[in-house]
Amino acid sequence: MYKKSLSYPYLVWAAAFIIIPLLFIVYYGLTDRSGAFTLENLMAITTAEHSKALFLSLLLSLVSTAICLLLAYPLALILSNSKLGRSGFIIFLFILPMWMNFLLRTLAWVVLLDTNGVLDTLFKTLGLPRFKIINTPAAIVFGMVYDFLPFMILPIYNVISKIDINVINAARDLGANSFQTLYKVIFPLSLPGVISGITMVFVPSLTTFVISTLLGGGKILLIGNVIEQEFMKGTSWHVGSGLSLVLMLFIIISMVLSSKYDNGEGNVL
Amino acid sequence: MIKKWVQRFYLFLIILFLYAPIGTLIVLSFNNSRTSVKWGGFSLKWYQQLFESKTILAALGNTLLLALLSAIFATILGTLAAIAIYHMKKRRQSICMSIVNIPMLNAEIVTGIAFMLLFISVGNLLSIFGIHFEMGFGTVLIGHITFNLPYVVLSVMPKLKQLNLSMYEAALDLGAGEGQAFFRIVLPDIMPGVLSGFLLSFTMSLDDFVITHFVKGLGADTLSTLIYSELRKGIKPEMYALSTIMFLAVFVVLMLVNLSPQKHIKEEQYR
Repeated sequence: MYKKSLSYPYLVWAAAFIIIPLLFIVYYGLTDRSGAFTLENLMAITTAEHSKALFLSLLLSLVSTAICLLLAYPLALILSNSKLGRSGFIIFLFILPMWMNFLLRTLAWVVLLDTNGVLDTLFKTLGLPRFKIINTPAAIVFGMVYDFLPFMILPIYNVISKIDINVINAARDLGANSFQTLYKVIFPLSLPGVISGITMVFVPSLTTFVISTLLGGGKILLIGNVIEQEFMKGTSWHVGSGLSLVLMLFIIISMVLSSKYDNGEGNVL
Repeated sequence: MIKKWVQRFYLFLIILFLYAPIGTLIVLSFNNSRTSVKWGGFSLKWYQQLFESKTILAALGNTLLLALLSAIFATILGTLAAIAIYHMKKRRQSICMSIVNIPMLNAEIVTGIAFMLLFISVGNLLSIFGIHFEMGFGTVLIGHITFNLPYVVLSVMPKLKQLNLSMYEAALDLGAGEGQAFFRIVLPDIMPGVLSGFLLSFTMSLDDFVITHFVKGLGADTLSTLIYSELRKGIKPEMYALSTIMFLAVFVVLMLVNLSPQKHIKEEQYR
């Protein structure tokens, strides 16, 4: 049974549908219509429209990642400390939304944030100022945080709940107060989880085009929208591939950074 | 005491944030009135309209068939791959695992356009030989199998590590053929991993939008792509009904996964 030949179907599949497609992007990204080598498609990112989209994507995804981290870290601490967390069901509650169709999760925010939508009407009846943030970058951040928050909660919770209680007790015995324990013991030990949470929120937020289309009303272009339009509206596959290569550069950077901190502990499998 | 209250309150707020939007959709799906802000009485008419729509039912059929087929293929291919990779030498093993992880770590939009470029180029190539090939159900299926593979490999791998090899050798010594020994000794042991790999693949496929969007061509709408094109035209209340049904379906599948022996696998794959 443990013959080498067992791996052949998978290797063939991986070559045909993982490696070769990526090579196509590299090829299209580095050539023009006639097939000659060019760097123009990569430089397309420097045009005003594209660099603005990239900058906005970076900004919104960094803001969303930061908000997710700020919301998720205390939550993970509470869950791993309290008896609640041990029942398993409450953890289940926090990861359940992760499995729901993400278009529908985004749809929910369209309904809530729309002008004359649920929140707007609620604000109006309460006599508060109108709540008009649909079709603004703020609405997109709402969508990103909502869609990707569970991806931040889970890895941080997993790491914190595995920290040896004796380490924390030792810190307390040696005179650290609870803030010092958190800042000097728990936080450094939880870094692998924090880092993998950051990558798992940052990469999808940076590359999304769905959230910006639905919550930005088609007026706010992120880099994902630009690439999607290059391909689906048939503008130019070469420019689209070039921009994807630039985008992949950011993804690779964030992954290299995360693997640097990931000393194997973050990897349970 | 105060600290405990603050903690409980915080948990409550986050749960509210996570579930209020979903709850709103569910409530609206039973709303007789067409606008989202006025309660026009309880009604099941959106569900009725949902099940009368041929396009939605066709998309539902496509979605389920895709999820089932891609999960079956990915499970078979992924389990074989996991066994082969597990027995490789260290260096080769780590190279293979990096390849396995690519579809999971890469941005979906990049995977999607990479597939699109591949399929269109293959189509152009084949048309030189007079063969007609265009994107449709088959290409979507290939895409789904590919992004499901890492989840299967990562589910089966830990079970292989726990496997007791002497049992397999004993079976061979006692006269079992290799196939027999595999199906009667190894497979039952790694079955929980295989099963959760299958269920994971099934849910991932159900949920996918981005990759399907790029490789579906003109036909082969799934529920996700249908929802997307409908949403761009404006929200129809039928979508609320569809959301409610899909939320319930995912809830049931997840309960099944969680009740299965290998409880934490889907948490681990996100590490």
